Amino acid sequence: MADPAPAISAAPAKQVSKQAAPRNEPSGGKARLRDRLAGIALATPATALMLALLIGPTLAVGFLSLTDWGFGARSFAFIGLDNYAEMAGDPVFRRSLINTLVYVGVVMPVSVALALAVALLIQGGRFGRTFFRTAYFLPVASTLVAMATVWQFMLHPNLGLVNEMLRLVGLAGPNWLTDRGLVLFTLAWIGIWETIGYNMILFLAGLMAIPGHLYEAAEVDGAHRPLDKFLTVTWPMLGPTTLFVIVITAIRSFRVFESVAVLTQGGPGNASQVLLFTMYRESFVYFRAGYGAALTIVFLAFILILTLIQIRVIDRRVHYA
Amino acid sequence: MAAVTLQGIAKHYDAHQALSGIDLEVADGEFVALLGPSGCGKSTLLKIIAGLDAQSAGALHIGSRALRHERPAERNIAMVFQSYALYPHMSVYENLALPLAMRDLAAWQRLPLIGRFTPGYRRRRAAIDRRVRETARMLGLEALLARKPAQLSGGQKQRVAVGRALIRHPDVFLLDEPLSNLDAKLRGQMREEIVAVHARTGVTTIYVTHDQIEAMTMADRVALMMDGVIQQVAPPREIYADPVNLRVAGFIGSPPINALAARLEGARLEIGTRGVTLPNAVAMTGRCICGIRPEALQIADADAALVAGRITRIEFLGAEAILSLAPDLPDLPVVQMRCHPEDIDHLATGDTIGLTARPEALLLFDPDGARIRFQEARATRDQPLPAFLPLRSEAHG
Repeated sequence: MADPAPAISAAPAKQVSKQAAPRNEPSGGKARLRDRLAGIALATPATALMLALLIGPTLAVGFLSLTDWGFGARSFAFIGLDNYAEMAGDPVFRRSLINTLVYVGVVMPVSVALALAVALLIQGGRFGRTFFRTAYFLPVASTLVAMATVWQFMLHPNLGLVNEMLRLVGLAGPNWLTDRGLVLFTLAWIGIWETIGYNMILFLAGLMAIPGHLYEAAEVDGAHRPLDKFLTVTWPMLGPTTLFVIVITAIRSFRVFESVAVLTQGGPGNASQVLLFTMYRESFVYFRAGYGAALTIVFLAFILILTLIQIRVIDRRVHYA
Repeated sequence: MAAVTLQGIAKHYDAHQALSGIDLEVADGEFVALLGPSGCGKSTLLKIIAGLDAQSAGALHIGSRALRHERPAERNIAMVFQSYALYPHMSVYENLALPLAMRDLAAWQRLPLIGRFTPGYRRRRAAIDRRVRETARMLGLEALLARKPAQLSGGQKQRVAVGRALIRHPDVFLLDEPLSNLDAKLRGQMREEIVAVHARTGVTTIYVTHDQIEAMTMADRVALMMDGVIQQVAPPREIYADPVNLRVAGFIGSPPINALAARLEGARLEIGTRGVTLPNAVAMTGRCICGIRPEALQIADADAALVAGRITRIEFLGAEAILSLAPDLPDLPVVQMRCHPEDIDHLATGDTIGLTARPEALLLFDPDGARIRFQEARATRDQPLPAFLPLRSEAHG
């Protein structure tokens, strides 16, 4: 998501500088200079922080990606685009990129669809709205690392709650976290579980913003069956919200890390290797900081593309208003 | 087309009584305005007629059908909303076509892509297209068919909303404060357009408004509602000239009617120390309220005046002027007179003058606000009243 710092720091700067310039100043030149200095002075802290915490490190990572620096090493050599060339032939990287895309491809549509369904049910429900809203939102408010540990217990092949339940209905539960074909989808399910609440809140806000008159008009126009109402009013009016939710979910699931780090460490084999975890392992386990930096840049490029789409989408939100 | 009959309609939400004992008959093709202050229940009543809400008690008939829980589409009514309620993602064409598509196409024929391969689709679509273009032509929307609602002005949106309502040839046309989001000039123009559309289509029309000018200028009859009760149903002229109670008299007319505490003694009406002899006796003595329309007042000498006092304000409105007078008696409110500007050219704020009114023009109410009628016909009237009024039939009988 875009950093809100510049917008926030700019607004008070403007206000304060207006107050600082006395109305009855005869010539504007001096006052304008003072305005300008005040503006710069007020914008400086935020700008400095952005440079130090966001832009600077990004540039540093970009530079490191062109070196063979090992984490903690006293010297490094400039090796051009070698890291990127290595990446192109690295099966682990390819695996983690594909896994990440599959993960996003599963989490995004399922989470968005389920969140919309839950939001519609809560909105249309007669009782317990607050209860369900809170219940679905809880995973968002909790620490994912702790929740991943809970999932680990629940998914334990012999003792876990999930397989115990399956056994009750006579099914033999699989090894959720150690089955090569299954592990990525198990992680995706945890990702879905975690994002539904957040998406549901966005959808509920979107639903609340739909004017009631449109439903009455649809009713009068003969679109009174639930599906007709949904297709005539709800779905089109939610369009901007839906696009926004899709992009937000894509970015969030692209950053999957905690559940992988806690539950599988990328295994078995590389079956649950994802981009961010590969990056972490190269940089801080194998201490190949240069290569890790190159991975970071690639990761950043993906996030940047998604963010650009998101900005476009936010522009479109005004469209219906 | 159909008549609408309401008998004893009541609506309550939990403990709150929104409507009680509503009786109203709207004849086939008639234009009736439901007029009242906000919160009086007029929109609730309209929703009950539309089928967006169900009455708690009472009978509603459209034509010969008794209705209660039937859906709006089953009632063949159409409605225009205050906010227009156009579908913002659809073009004007699609907005107009939607009610027809919903009625004439089956659900699977409305599916995108697949729908067009279903039997009868092209014929039905062509019929819808003809009707959309016909309606657009009637309302002058042909050039706007491809636009989205966001690209339309307020008046254009209003016209699309009217078009979408009329496209199905509804039996009853309901409008809920349709002009309140428009500026004054456009409102005048749209008033004319809606009346013209009504004249051309002849659809039974029920029009909810809080604006008495809209009600008085457009409707065949005005039903004035207050606190969930219909106070009076009458043609505009009659509801103004012959209100049944003080609330009706006070709501209709601007500036509002002057309501002055008075005493009745036989044919003698006294306001403070001044008085006037009524042309006919009234069946009451004691305290009453004397209502005088601002235009019924005229300037009079101090000894012939009904009220006297100091001029507090003179407003010139071009063709007319409003003069405000603070009576010299305590307990009397400021009295307003509407007159020709030339009549008060010689007066200024602060002058002391007297005002009087022809006794026949006085509207008398008992202390509870109910109308006290003269026992016999008034001697003169500016306008003949409709024959069914008891006043007139007694005079000739």
